Amino acid sequence: MAGTDIEIAGVEKRYDGHVALAGVSLSIPAGQFVALVGASGSGKTTLLKTLNRLITPDAGAIRIGGEDIAEGPPHRLRRRIGYVFQEVGLFPHLTVGENIAVTPRLLGWTPERIAARTDDLLALVALPAAMASRAPAELSGGQRQRVGVARALAAEPGILLMDEPFGALDPLTRDALGTDVLALHERLGLTTVMVTHDMAEAVLLADRIVVLRDGAVVADGAPEALVRDVIDPGVRDLLEAPRRQALRLAERLGGGA
Amino acid sequence: MSEAFALLPVYLAWHVLLSASALVLGAAISLPLAVAASRSPRLRWPLLAGAGLIQTIPSLALLALFFPLLLLLSQLSQTVTGHGFSALGFLPSLLALTLYAVLPILRTATTGLMGVDPAVREAADGVGMTPHQKLWRVELPLALPVIMAGVRTAAVWTIGAATLSTPVGQTSLGNYIFAGLQTENWIFVLFGCAASATLAICADQLLGLMEAGAARRDRRRVIAGGAGLLIGVAIALLPLVSFGKPAGYTVGAKNFSEQYILAELIAGRLEGGGARVSRKEDLGSAVAYRALAAGEIDVYVDYSGTLWTNVLGRTDNPGREAVVAELTTRLKARDGVAVLGSLGFENAYAFAMRRDRAEALGVTSLADLARLSPRLKLGSDIEFLSRPEWKGVDAAYGFSFGRETSYQPTFMYRALASGDVDVISAFSSDGRIAANDLVVLTDPKGALPPYDAVVLVSGRRAGDARLLAALEPLIGAVSVEAMRTANYSVDRDSGKLSPAAAAGELAKTLE
Repeated sequence: MAGTDIEIAGVEKRYDGHVALAGVSLSIPAGQFVALVGASGSGKTTLLKTLNRLITPDAGAIRIGGEDIAEGPPHRLRRRIGYVFQEVGLFPHLTVGENIAVTPRLLGWTPERIAARTDDLLALVALPAAMASRAPAELSGGQRQRVGVARALAAEPGILLMDEPFGALDPLTRDALGTDVLALHERLGLTTVMVTHDMAEAVLLADRIVVLRDGAVVADGAPEALVRDVIDPGVRDLLEAPRRQALRLAERLGGGA
Repeated sequence: MSEAFALLPVYLAWHVLLSASALVLGAAISLPLAVAASRSPRLRWPLLAGAGLIQTIPSLALLALFFPLLLLLSQLSQTVTGHGFSALGFLPSLLALTLYAVLPILRTATTGLMGVDPAVREAADGVGMTPHQKLWRVELPLALPVIMAGVRTAAVWTIGAATLSTPVGQTSLGNYIFAGLQTENWIFVLFGCAASATLAICADQLLGLMEAGAARRDRRRVIAGGAGLLIGVAIALLPLVSFGKPAGYTVGAKNFSEQYILAELIAGRLEGGGARVSRKEDLGSAVAYRALAAGEIDVYVDYSGTLWTNVLGRTDNPGREAVVAELTTRLKARDGVAVLGSLGFENAYAFAMRRDRAEALGVTSLADLARLSPRLKLGSDIEFLSRPEWKGVDAAYGFSFGRETSYQPTFMYRALASGDVDVISAFSSDGRIAANDLVVLTDPKGALPPYDAVVLVSGRRAGDARLLAALEPLIGAVSVEAMRTANYSVDRDSGKLSPAAAAGELAKTLE
């Protein structure tokens, strides 16, 4: 089910009087890579989790591939959506291979199909096939997140949701894994929604950046268009952070800008 | 020692059956509760506090409390459905031990389930598991090592506490300990402790193997431990397969030497006639009569004064024959219990002193004793001070002892010999009165009722010709001298006989 569009209409969420989402509406066409950015508490993770019903909105509706996701049991929806998050959450009592095979097994795939898919996925996330029999505890942080991505993609979802997926990784691993995920996104024709607080990462990976503040969308567009058009000083500050950082880096390292 | 080994298969089988059932049942109850407690903070506190409260009840008391409760339920079920059930033995023991096993499993399982990494829970939701799949595929496997630690604790507690099921009429390794304590057979006591401890260690090690396997995700260890447990339980239960056929007759006994001997005497006569007999020993005084009235046991020996005061609630003393005669009609009418008659001797409560002490103080009667009582120390058995007989005799003479101490009968005689106490509530058929040269004080006011040893048969068996034929020759046939000799042969310090051997000797004097 490659290429699935997402329609978010007037989604609201409140916690004890605190507004996490104040009526967010977004239309994400199939195949787009969207980065949700904003400060802590801006509602970006809450918005992401409403997409696979880890959080239930108080109001509003979400349609994925034209279907209202509020219908049917949540686990059926989640099996069609890949989900990657910062803590990875690999099952420590299962091997790497068993972790990747979790959702296909829940869907009742045949063992042959699961085995073939596990091999493919390990290759896809650039891990050796022999790693399938290892325990998650034996892996490095970067390898673990690669397994996390493989697990999310195992059941051939059309949508990949990522919540700060590279936040806990060292810069080199982060860069390599980001590049690989972007390649996967393009190759598999996924619709990808990624939460990040790192504007550089958003600019490097996403087709479209959605900036949230206090549970509302304050800017939305392609990276270069946003930098060109946005006037809100707070958002500008955020958008220009990567460039400022790059300039400062260049100065300090003595290279020409 | 060889006698102890001969009893081991049956004692061990019941002990294993009882503790294993309690553990399985305890786990089956506490695991769902732990899941509920880990999900709901509102449930967690009352559940854990409730289980903790049960744990503070002494295990013997918990066992004792289930007997009247079950008796009540059984009577209720008898009136409602026409079918009662046994309130004695396995059921109360199983229920009490199950409750005991709940706390450690509930506590550790709740901790274990709550200790599962929230990221892993979120991942389980994220990959599309249903709540049920999340519990069985993620939360329980991850909490398993912690849960197994609780199961181990519960197993050790249950196996230890199961020895206490003997007084409510359930055969267990506790039979060695209780019988050994009464007859001062320390080899028996040690044997019972060692057997129970060995069983606990074996169960703990096998469960430990499973725990280590669960912690290291090593399936072979879990399977090896589980298989070891299953095989061990199966082998231990083998004796019950042949033993488990319903016994023809159940002979009851209270918890002292004379009762063991008389139960063996009765059992020997029944077995001599080819009947199958099971024994329920170490019953408390009130438990024994209620068990007979409810048909849980078929026959046992009680004492007229005990029945007179404790069952009929009488305080008057119309004389030996009148008491037995009235008991015969009243117990028949009340509970259908048949009083077959007196064995021929009395085992009365008798205040006894060391001869030298009594002579030095010039005490020969209870009236003398009452006068000097503020300077004297009374030693009694555990029941005596709370029994109506004591209240009656106290009211008649007005005792005010300087100190009153309760002992197991065996230790009561020791305390008298060593001078820890000055006077004891002895039993008139006790061989130690003569052997230790004790003086029995006279009862000029006749405040202590007579205590003829009478044979009681449950209403269910009152018309059983084979039983009555076996018991009939015993009526009026046992002299107090013969009984004292038999009691002393079990109670003495050296060259002691087992109750069964003493019963054999006693039987020879009857022929």
